[in-house]
Amino acid sequence: MRNKNTKPMTPDVKWKEITPGGMIFDAGNAEDFKTGDWRAMKPIWIIEKCTQCMLCPPTCPDMSIPVKDSKRLDYDYDHCKGCGVCVEVCPFDAITFVKEED
Amino acid sequence: MAYSLKEIMNRPERITGGHRMCAGCGAPVAVRAILRALDPEDHVVCGAATGCLEVSTFLYPYTAWKDSFIHSAFENAGATISGAEAAYAAWKRKGKIDETYKFIAFGGDGGTYDIGLQSLSGAMERGHDMVYVCYDNEAYMNTGIQRSSSTPKYADTTTSPQGTVLPGKQQYKKNLTYVMAAHGIPYVAQTTLTANFKDIHEKAHKAIYTKGPAFMNVFAPCPRGWRYDTPNLMQICKLAMDTCIWPVYEIEEGVWKLNYKPKKKLPVEDYLKTQGRFKHLFHKQNLHLIEELQKDIDNKWEDLLKRCGEA
Repeated sequence: MRNKNTKPMTPDVKWKEITPGGMIFDAGNAEDFKTGDWRAMKPIWIIEKCTQCMLCPPTCPDMSIPVKDSKRLDYDYDHCKGCGVCVEVCPFDAITFVKEED
Repeated sequence: MAYSLKEIMNRPERITGGHRMCAGCGAPVAVRAILRALDPEDHVVCGAATGCLEVSTFLYPYTAWKDSFIHSAFENAGATISGAEAAYAAWKRKGKIDETYKFIAFGGDGGTYDIGLQSLSGAMERGHDMVYVCYDNEAYMNTGIQRSSSTPKYADTTTSPQGTVLPGKQQYKKNLTYVMAAHGIPYVAQTTLTANFKDIHEKAHKAIYTKGPAFMNVFAPCPRGWRYDTPNLMQICKLAMDTCIWPVYEIEEGVWKLNYKPKKKLPVEDYLKTQGRFKHLFHKQNLHLIEELQKDIDNKWEDLLKRCGEA
């Protein structure tokens, strides 16, 4: 595509340097924006109690429960907003919900 | 191949974290479930009508979408995606493009039930090979919880406030899935988030890989607008199905099929009491309104059972 501008867009980029039409060429770059600091409550995964039933990963609105080889991994706390949906769906009490420390 | 949640969850995500939707929002959960239904080798072009999803997943200079995404205005998500599909079809015909692309438009209930209805109806009527997905959170949440034609009767919103004169919105919710079924398109489905995500996955797969236009109406709770605690997302979806306030069904080539029939139909109170927007209905002077809602739900449920050949 023409006018390809892959330069990082930071707040100090001048308006003349932004991409034409506000296009973004770096797909999925929202990952660079950390929403983890929104958290007031924090889910904690208790590995010993987890049966890998896979009910929690699809309910996460922030894609913060990574899955590898049909097994869930620990939370991506960079993006988890602490909504607690996963805590509520766990049938085995393998996720606790605690206050976020400063 | 039979559905296996464990297998399906291995697919790479097509939408990333770092978007700015509220904590506990139902919409991104619905969107990722739908995108998971795409075959991994296929590309997709998405578009969204103005709404939470559009403005929060694509804040310049960040995009949460790993596939192509087109911004459009409130009223024309259907037109935008149908145009992209027409351009792709022309390129394909001329041999200018080899890969397979699929086309999905997303809209909230404001951009679908109200403002975008004409462009949606047009796109469906013209027969583009696309899917339109409405994530229905029953009000204009992005601008501050104004009532839409999808807001249920007696819900408290900022433009249909409950008080001493009126007990919330005065009109019934529009049944958009019926309206879309009346277009006679190949596939129409109504679904929500279920525990194993089988229903939404299979419907999304059918909608995407059925040739011609398809429409999906997905019930997606909004913790902010409905005033419930964020962890209860999945419980509210389950209650909506069990009280029959949001039946889960599909219409394939004109054949109606009910996908979920609760073993025990729960009273509507069970659903209403989970949300702050219905809190005023439990005041003594408003209790008769709940009976009225129950009667309406029962009638609509009977009608649906008849259409699906279950009654």
